Amino acid sequence: MTRAVMAIDERLRTVALGAQDYATLALRATRGIVTRPFYWRDTFEQMDRIGVGSLPIVLLTGIFTGMVLALQSSVELVRFGANIYLGNLVAASMVRELGPVLGALAVAGRAGSGIAAELGAMRVTEQIDAMETMGTDPIRKLVTPRLVAGLVMLPMLTIVMDVIGILGGLLVSVMRVQLGADVYLRGVWSAFAVSGITFGIVPRDFVSGLLKPVVFGGIITLTGSYYGLRAGGGTEGVGRATTRAVVASSMAIFASDYFITQLLLVLLPPPR
Amino acid sequence: MSRAEEHARAIRETLRRDTRGRPASLVLNAPKIVELCDVWLSFETPVLRGVDLWAREGETLLVVGESGTGKSTLLKLILRLLTPDRGTVRVFGMEMPRLSFEQVLAVRRRIGMVFQYAALFDSLTVYENVAYPLRENTKLLEPDIRHIVRERLRFVDMNPDVVSNLLPGELSGGMRKRVGIARAIATDPELILYDEPTAGLDPLAVNTITRLIRKLQVELGVTSIVVTHDLRAGFRIASRVAMLRNGRILFDGSPEDMVAASDPYIEAFLRAS
Repeated sequence: MTRAVMAIDERLRTVALGAQDYATLALRATRGIVTRPFYWRDTFEQMDRIGVGSLPIVLLTGIFTGMVLALQSSVELVRFGANIYLGNLVAASMVRELGPVLGALAVAGRAGSGIAAELGAMRVTEQIDAMETMGTDPIRKLVTPRLVAGLVMLPMLTIVMDVIGILGGLLVSVMRVQLGADVYLRGVWSAFAVSGITFGIVPRDFVSGLLKPVVFGGIITLTGSYYGLRAGGGTEGVGRATTRAVVASSMAIFASDYFITQLLLVLLPPPR
Repeated sequence: MSRAEEHARAIRETLRRDTRGRPASLVLNAPKIVELCDVWLSFETPVLRGVDLWAREGETLLVVGESGTGKSTLLKLILRLLTPDRGTVRVFGMEMPRLSFEQVLAVRRRIGMVFQYAALFDSLTVYENVAYPLRENTKLLEPDIRHIVRERLRFVDMNPDVVSNLLPGELSGGMRKRVGIARAIATDPELILYDEPTAGLDPLAVNTITRLIRKLQVELGVTSIVVTHDLRAGFRIASRVAMLRNGRILFDGSPEDMVAASDPYIEAFLRAS
């Protein structure tokens, strides 16, 4: 019994220390955004890697998500004679949830794992120690550029994912459901209009659809960096760090998605 | 002549041959630029248990001991990559555990470190690796940086025209170490730390590296702390030797005194080297 309590105590202590380290990393990386020195070259390089590098996987995920969503929905909507609402359904689902979440998961699998593997390999080959001994703060040099790249590129990738997903839905709607493109696109616009307008001009769905990827971008890059920087035990340790980074960021994306949605429903309630 | 006597004679011969020009007498009264007092450190088990060690300006301190005795840990404490559980670590008169992160970075800029496997940045060329500390820590313009990088590469017997654009993956172990030394001396550090500088190298490469460390001593008068278990190579460069055992300093003195020591463990260690 005592041993079990001690094991739980030990585990809780490890989790608390881990959370503390993660928060410290997040704070220091964020401070690096607003204080000198800035590593612009590294930041643009990371934007290219995380943003442009993830484009193919986001395009593929987006088009097939939109297509399958239209296909599955049409089966039910046709039954009620409501297939004219296909555009509404695909657009609302893509922009509110599927675009941000599936896009973030795709980026977590590709870029998040890459960050953990790269930083992990640098840690086990003492490159990060070397950087520190030469007077460089590795968090500013390695984590901040990745964080900035994640915060900037994830929303952009999500926009691409939303657009391509809606186009995928259009393709299925025209070719399989025999619903006119004009009807489908009118449905898309109506979905955004019905969701309400925020700040006078921005459809409410766009606010939630673009706020989420900013948070997810931070989660993916910070989690990848956190596990990469803590890697130990040679190549096996790097592999472990990579797996943990992807699993942890995926879980964090799902959990934070719920809480952001809940928060936005309170802050920006939908029109009645 | 027994094998042990033969071995001791070989080491004495190395000492006699290689100590010419060693500035030991000059450093006797020089200030201590690194000082560890009663340093304790544990991870899961105790690693250091009350270590007292110092290095005076201009001397080359050799730290020897079995694997896992905390030799590399000492270097990490000096750089404050680790902090002691107890005791003080002073570098250039500053107490490292008490400094802010920015102050630590400033102290580290005065130190060069040569890592066991060189720790070159994989994604950067040889030129960019050597230029890295100059770009990070100085406001030098690119032509000046190029001049210094080429000079440092020549200092470590490398042809800058040949190696500058190579990636670390294209270099042999000895070449990587030499680039590591060139990078460590790029900013003219006052103290250089070497972590197993000759580990994993063939005898010719070992000779090249020890010759380079001597050259740094004689030509630049730089203070060095060398962690190694390669005693034969270490004795060629050391002005003082400290031996770690079970987390404590077992011996601290000149290489000659170490060879003459009657401690059975030291004798066994010397025999095995």
